This record gives sequence, C-alpha cells and structure tokens, in this order.
Amino acid sequence: MITMQGIHKSFKSVNVLKGVDLEVEKGKVVVIIGPSGSGKTTLLRCLNVLEHPTKGSISIQDHHLDFNKRIPKHKIAAFRRLTGMVFQSYNLFPHMTVLQNVMEGPVTVKKENKATAKAKAEKLLNKVGLADKKDHFPSQLSGGQQQRVGIARALAMEPEVMLFDEPTSALDPELVGEVLAVMKELAHEGMTMVVVTHEMRFAKDVADEVLFIDDGVILERGAPEDIFTHPQHQRTQQFLQLIE
Amino acid sequence: MYLTNSNEQWERLFNIAIDALPPMLEGAIFYTIPLSIISFIVGIVLALLTAFARISSVTPLQMIARVYVSAIRGTPLLVQLFIIFYALPAVGVTLDPFPTAVIGFSLNVGAYASEIIRAAIQSIPKGQWEAASSIGMSYRQALFRIILPQATRVSVPPLSNTFISLVKDTSLASLILVTEMFQRAKEVAAATYEVLFVYSLAALLYWIICFILSILQDRMERRLDRYVSTN
Repeated sequence: MITMQGIHKSFKSVNVLKGVDLEVEKGKVVVIIGPSGSGKTTLLRCLNVLEHPTKGSISIQDHHLDFNKRIPKHKIAAFRRLTGMVFQSYNLFPHMTVLQNVMEGPVTVKKENKATAKAKAEKLLNKVGLADKKDHFPSQLSGGQQQRVGIARALAMEPEVMLFDEPTSALDPELVGEVLAVMKELAHEGMTMVVVTHEMRFAKDVADEVLFIDDGVILERGAPEDIFTHPQHQRTQQFLQLIE
Repeated sequence: MYLTNSNEQWERLFNIAIDALPPMLEGAIFYTIPLSIISFIVGIVLALLTAFARISSVTPLQMIARVYVSAIRGTPLLVQLFIIFYALPAVGVTLDPFPTAVIGFSLNVGAYASEIIRAAIQSIPKGQWEAASSIGMSYRQALFRIILPQATRVSVPPLSNTFISLVKDTSLASLILVTEMFQRAKEVAAATYEVLFVYSLAALLYWIICFILSILQDRMERRLDRYVSTN
C-alpha cells in the first residue's frame, strides 16, 4: 500500500535521511523507533510531503510521487488527502471549537455540506470519547483530550493511512493511556498506521512491524518480539537498554 | 469688579464655543470622520495585499512591496500629501481635495499596516500551516481559514494604534484645502482671536473621537480573545 524508495532528505548540508526504503501493507501498523535526531520524524513527515524529500519516490495506492522531478502542487495536495497526520503538539485550530476543528477539512476541502459533516464529526468525537466537549475551544481541554480531537480531525478526512508523530510525547504521564487506547482501537479496526513513538508498550502490543532508524537509515526491522527480545544490531541493543 | 469681569470672560468664551462648535462638528462629520474611515478601509485592503506580497515566494512581488513600504515610511506624510496634491494636476489628473486626501492617507495606512499584518501572520506557529496542509488545505485556504483569523486577534491592538494616528493625521489635510475639523477651527480662531481656547476645543474633539475608538478596540479585543485560555 505504501512504498518508499531511496528517500533522501537534507536540510542545507545536513543529511537527515540517507536512502530509506519502506513498505507498508494495508491494515498493518508500523512503529518507528530510534534515538532523537535519527530522522524518524522527518521520515514520517516525508510520507505526507510536509518535508519535501531531496531524492527518491513514494507511492500510496495508485498515487506516485517521484521527487527526482518537479511535482505540481495539485498532485501533492491530492497525495496528502490519502494520509491523516497527528502531531506531537496537537496543532488544533485554537480559534475554532472542537466540533469546528473536526468539520473544517470535510467542509472546506471536500466541500461536504455542513449537516453531513457535522453528523460525521459528532460520530468521530463520540468514538474518541469527547462528544460532550464539542462546543469547547481547544484551550479548555487537557492535552490528552486535545490529542484525541487531533485524531478525530485527521479521521474526518477519511484517510487511507494515519501518521502519528510522537502523539504522546507532549502529554503528562496520566494522559498517555487515553490517547493510546484510541490508537489501539483504530489499529483493531484495520486502519493502516505509521507511528513514531517512544511508547515501547504500544509497539509491543500493537505493531505488526517495528523499524529501528539511526542516523538516517533503517538499521533493523522486524516483528516486535524479535526486535525487543533479541535485537541483532549493537545500536539497537544500546538504544533499547537506554529506554528500558 | 473682578467677579463681573470674570463672568463676562466666561460668557464670551461660552458664546465663542456656541459659534465655533457647529462648523467644527460639521468638519468632523463630513470630513474628518469619513476621511478616516474610508482611508482606513482602503488602507487595510492595500496592507493585506502588500503583506501577502511580502510573504509570497514570488521575488518581484516581494520587491514591489518592499519599495512601497520603504518609500512611504521613509518620507513625511505632509510631503506625500503635497506631492499627490500638486503632482496629479501636473500629469493631467484633477481631483478634489477630499479624494486626494483619501489617496494619500490610504497609501500611508497601507504601508504601516502591512508591516503589522505581516508580523501577525508570521507570529502564528508553523504547526498551524502544517495542520492545515495535513487536512488537504491549499495555501489560500490555510491563509484565509486558519492563519488570518488568528493573525487578526494579534493585530487588533497595533492596527487600532494606526487608526487612531490616522484620525489625528487627517488634520494635515487642512493644508491641502480639505475643510476638515482643524481647518474649521483655524477659521474660527482667526475670526475671534481666541486661539488658545479654540484650538483646545479642537484638541478635545479629537480626544473624544479617539476615546470612542479605544472603547471599540477594547470590545473587539475581548470578542476575539474568547477562545484564548483564561487559566
């Protein structure tokens, strides 16, 4: 479903990604782990072209972007519609209520009529357990609640793939669980997910595949039980020891 | 003797006020206030276009915006008004003083406010643009639906400053023959020789107008602040 080939990304003279290949099958959950600065967030952001790779190509379903050529803006916009993104710092729209946040994409981008969009948004808010907060502004919610709205906002666009960029890193420890629970539920429903996280429990419980990325390359990949119980690479072993 | 004198003095000033207020209020209602409002609205439209040009990735647009802002901010408003007033007839365009003043003040507001709007847009966190793109919004949709509404909140206080300055600056239009409030005050002062009193009266009227504006500013800020956390 997702194919990344030879993805390179450099910022000025710093090479962050040095040739990454990745395949994700439909309905699978892939968790990306790695030390900070390893390029894992950049990799995820390349998947919806928030970062424009310097070289390489990405396909999602029948949409193909070849970054060795110039890509017209409308192709990038169409490509982005295939993915939903959940950010570390939520990035909710502060001037809109919770309901308006979730309706915004369907109404403004997909031109759905407001009644349909509202019904759908309410259903999604119900799913993430925030139906009673729909008329609140983001500033009136806890971090965990804001992040669940972030998930509902992304789901409202009915993406093929959900991308999570350290979705629980900004949260107080007692709020992490509620966000992970929503993510687990999504995984069980068969959503294709790519998750950058430091939550090793989540990776063990939910991931179909774990990728260890270090210094811009994927050093090791495999089933969570393999990666966590007998990592092959020394760097992976070091990293997992530090995390434990 | 002294008392009578003082009473007479007060009565004289009262009568001058009664005579001076109608023409001054007329100047305010027909010139100062409309000139301020029209110039501000046109100026804000110019300012938005200039700010968009400044943040765009099209280099020629950026350059045009920079030169415009630099030229207006770098030269005195009075000199600009004189140039427009005397230059337009020279190239065959004859405009009445009022439209001439509108052009001058609008260009001025456009330059100053464009910097305010640009800074306000750039103060909105990058994550807001990213969140907008991530749900498939185009640049224009993100700008108008997500960024500008938030930038508006940030720019209300400095734009109110611009508006209040503009109201006072319209007194300069008296020098290009617009019969606005200060021009009428000058006429009354010349006729009565009560210079201090009449100009003080003019100052008071400007103050009242600006005070009303600052009340409106307060209300607008409160309305736009409603989504911001209070804790």
